[in-house]
Amino acid sequence: MSEKIGVYVCHCGTNIAGTVDVKGVAEWAAEHLKHRGVVIGREYKFMCSSLGQELVEKDIKELGLTRVIVAACSPHLHEKTFRTACKNAGLNPYLCEMVSIREQVSWVHTDKVAATEKSKAAISGGVERVIHNEPLEPIQVPIHADTLVVGGGIAGIQAALEIADAGYHVCLVEREPSIGGHMAQFDKTFPTLDCAACILTPKMVEIGSHPNITLLTWSEVEKVDGYVGNFKATIRKKASYVNTDTCTGCGICWEKCPKKVVDDVYEAGLGIRKAIYRPFAQAVPKYPVMDVENCTYFKNGKCKACQLFCPTEPNSINFEQKDEILEIQAGNIILATGYDLFDAKRIPQYGYGKLPNVFTSLEFERMCNAAGPTEGRVVLRDMKTAPKSVVIVHCVGSRDENYNKYCSSICCMQSLKFAHLVMERTGAEVYNCYIDIRTPSKDYEEFYKRVLEEGGHFIRGKVAEVTDSARLPEEEGKLIVQVEDTLIGKQRRIPVDMVILSAGIEPRHDAKEVGKLFGIACGASGWYTEKHPKLDPVATMTEGIYIAGCVQGPKDIPASVAQGAAAAARVLGKIQQGVIALEPIKASINETQCSGCRICNGLCPFNAIAFIEDDKVSSINPALCQGCGTCVAACPAGAISGTGFSDQQIIAQIDGLLLKNLEEPVAA
Amino acid sequence: MTTKPKFTMYWAASCGGCEIAVLNTHEKILDVDANFDVVFWPVAMDAKYKDVEAMEDGSILLTLFNGGIRNDENEHIAKLLRQKSKILVSFGSCACEGCIPGLANLSPVDEIVHTAFNTITTDNPNEIYPQTTYDVSEGELHIPKLFPILRPLDQVVDVDYYMPGCPPESHQIAAVIDLVIKVVKGEAELPPKGATIGVGDSTVCDECPRARNVKLIKEFTRIQDIAPVDPTLCILEQGIPCNGPATRSGCNARCPQAGAQCIGCYGPAEGVMDYGARLMTAFASVIDANTPEEIDHILDGIPDPTGQVYRFNLAGSLLKANREAWKRIDKRTQGE
Repeated sequence: MSEKIGVYVCHCGTNIAGTVDVKGVAEWAAEHLKHRGVVIGREYKFMCSSLGQELVEKDIKELGLTRVIVAACSPHLHEKTFRTACKNAGLNPYLCEMVSIREQVSWVHTDKVAATEKSKAAISGGVERVIHNEPLEPIQVPIHADTLVVGGGIAGIQAALEIADAGYHVCLVEREPSIGGHMAQFDKTFPTLDCAACILTPKMVEIGSHPNITLLTWSEVEKVDGYVGNFKATIRKKASYVNTDTCTGCGICWEKCPKKVVDDVYEAGLGIRKAIYRPFAQAVPKYPVMDVENCTYFKNGKCKACQLFCPTEPNSINFEQKDEILEIQAGNIILATGYDLFDAKRIPQYGYGKLPNVFTSLEFERMCNAAGPTEGRVVLRDMKTAPKSVVIVHCVGSRDENYNKYCSSICCMQSLKFAHLVMERTGAEVYNCYIDIRTPSKDYEEFYKRVLEEGGHFIRGKVAEVTDSARLPEEEGKLIVQVEDTLIGKQRRIPVDMVILSAGIEPRHDAKEVGKLFGIACGASGWYTEKHPKLDPVATMTEGIYIAGCVQGPKDIPASVAQGAAAAARVLGKIQQGVIALEPIKASINETQCSGCRICNGLCPFNAIAFIEDDKVSSINPALCQGCGTCVAACPAGAISGTGFSDQQIIAQIDGLLLKNLEEPVAA
Repeated sequence: MTTKPKFTMYWAASCGGCEIAVLNTHEKILDVDANFDVVFWPVAMDAKYKDVEAMEDGSILLTLFNGGIRNDENEHIAKLLRQKSKILVSFGSCACEGCIPGLANLSPVDEIVHTAFNTITTDNPNEIYPQTTYDVSEGELHIPKLFPILRPLDQVVDVDYYMPGCPPESHQIAAVIDLVIKVVKGEAELPPKGATIGVGDSTVCDECPRARNVKLIKEFTRIQDIAPVDPTLCILEQGIPCNGPATRSGCNARCPQAGAQCIGCYGPAEGVMDYGARLMTAFASVIDANTPEEIDHILDGIPDPTGQVYRFNLAGSLLKANREAWKRIDKRTQGE
């Protein structure tokens, strides 16, 4: 045995030492694994401390260690620490392995004797494995300085501006005709009640005119190839049938268009638009798009009113326009594709869609908006009568085992805002039916107090039903809200004119497919999974792909803006490095053994596997591969191997775990 | 006696197909006769075990040993031929990895005997079973005693080379014979000990001309239930469990070329530790399902998973036999 192995066992305060005889384990390793190359077994209170790391560095230099085992916490936490320590002492960092005796031993066991024995076995496995480790070097990849931002809501806008302002080029892709996202639909924002458009539109204008931003609206990303530093995105720019080089956005075309269409997107079904339209006055860009599904010309071959009246020279309406396919190079990608509103029709007992005066939160937002279908008047579905009493139902589709278990996080504050606006604009009695009021951010609790002081009623209970079948004379012609008031322990029936359902927010209906396109995964609730929920919320498991805003989970505007900026900061950090060092733990294909059966082709979550048609073999792009091992396990020919996880290493580790190395010499 | 090097071929637990494959080399068999002194080949010529026992150790140059080790006679001859041979080739799937007889490792011996001698097709009202010893006036007669499990040759004796296939393809046999003759004449060198010979370096798909795409399998179906089978498309992609992706190349993808799925007789690819496990993960990887129920439904399309993925390989797999058969082995080793 030519290797000299050092074994270091960490107490982690009492985290490990409380359950494992750390000293005994270190001594055991030095004595019983001596014949396997272990030359030193040490224990220390906190191995991750500077002094602990110095122990390792000193031994590498003085004892000439060629391999290092640190038995401590999960490699997730401190692998980098100890590998760096090894590197500092002149040992290739990949000749250091961690053995988890905290997460996998002390934290999950109470029997001290058994836990100590298990620690010994785990270390024995680590020793056998590390013998077969090979020195590795990180892979260096240059970074393309452009960034692709997908989604033009407030999170995407913020991210794009931060990067563009720092002097780097951004391509912002939005699938609707205008950027702005959900925020552009709102009237007021909580808790300050400042006008959403007033704070959003300056940013939108800035995006539209920024020299470092290419804005592609009415466009969707269809394909993403490449890897961190070198992504290539294929983008479909849908035909708008409007020549933006000549169009002035004057608005005559939609004024003259005879076809009225219910606007389900921007006006939430409450208002109408034309077949050629710009979703709202401050839209960026200013150009309209043609809705071919509803356009009379596209349906019947007659009309062309828009073209006829277009005042520009040459005419800006072009019925022959085709979708364009663009290819964009980018070093990093930020996904900020937002959320979908929970469809309130899924809860039939709340009557949305059947009872006219039941509104969703988004409908109410549009109703409050001065530029909306009612010009800011709060009225019933007849579009004229002001309500005298209103119930706001909280947690619609949220915190509900039948729909979404999570809290949508924005609905409490949104409902309080609605309560304030209803009282302000109609003087109506307002009842908030809530499960819990959650107002944890800056100035939120104060806003709650303000609404209480303004006379809003609060009933702690989940609404059971909204109905129009009256039992009492005073209920006639009203909507009756059945709710258990849990604070007084009584069922209540509240007859009102209007009900607002504070619908929760959900992952985009196509979040899973979009995630697959970019090689990132969704969690159980459907939001994209961040690299670390606390310490790395905007990065993902795929290098170079970042997430910001509600794609990562429900959040309000300030949090979305913060994430947009955070993602931008991460991207700027990468761009300024110029090159990026990638972990060398990668899968690779032995081309002689590969028969091109293509079993692995559809499996890679990071799209790292390509089939080379000419050679009839599959190939792994090392810069894309994240070393997850899925293809290694799947390859029926054994042609794929994972660096650091060879069969030899794994079998050796198993033999070590079973303490076979103590019985007889294991062939190296 | 000639001075030609000695050649033997033996069959242990096998079907005889390997010998036919050797004879199928046609006139190449004359080269064997021209270059070797065939001293022992029970299927082709008369010879006695005692003649072999009388030979000097290492005096046989080449032994092709086919069949697994099922009984004590197989074991005796395996050890005898190992002792007497310079080059011992584990020849054919049975010797290499157990093959079809190895599937009996799913059952304890008494069950196997019972099934063979007392089933619907074998009327045995008096429960008469074969005895390993029997007294007659001339003395005591013996028949070979069955072991609890079947073992591939290399679990019993040291093996120099492996030549898989059920049976090995005749063109591969001819090539190996040519090579050995060249070695005898000093014109070539033997491959490194332990090598698998007469094979390709990839898997069956490498030799299969069918078109292959990214695989998404919604349903597994047995080939007899699909009509017609698309003659140009990957068989696995048509939902027929084809073992080609996991099976060593060398046969020119004979079965897929003839319109049938590969059943895996050439065994695992180089370096693969467990053929069946590889195939299972591969099949599992291409199932296109989102719920556990869908997965179960798709897997129901493989009614005999062990027979599917370990048809040739059970005795040579990591587990070697199932738990019931193992238990009897423990009893046997403790009892003896």
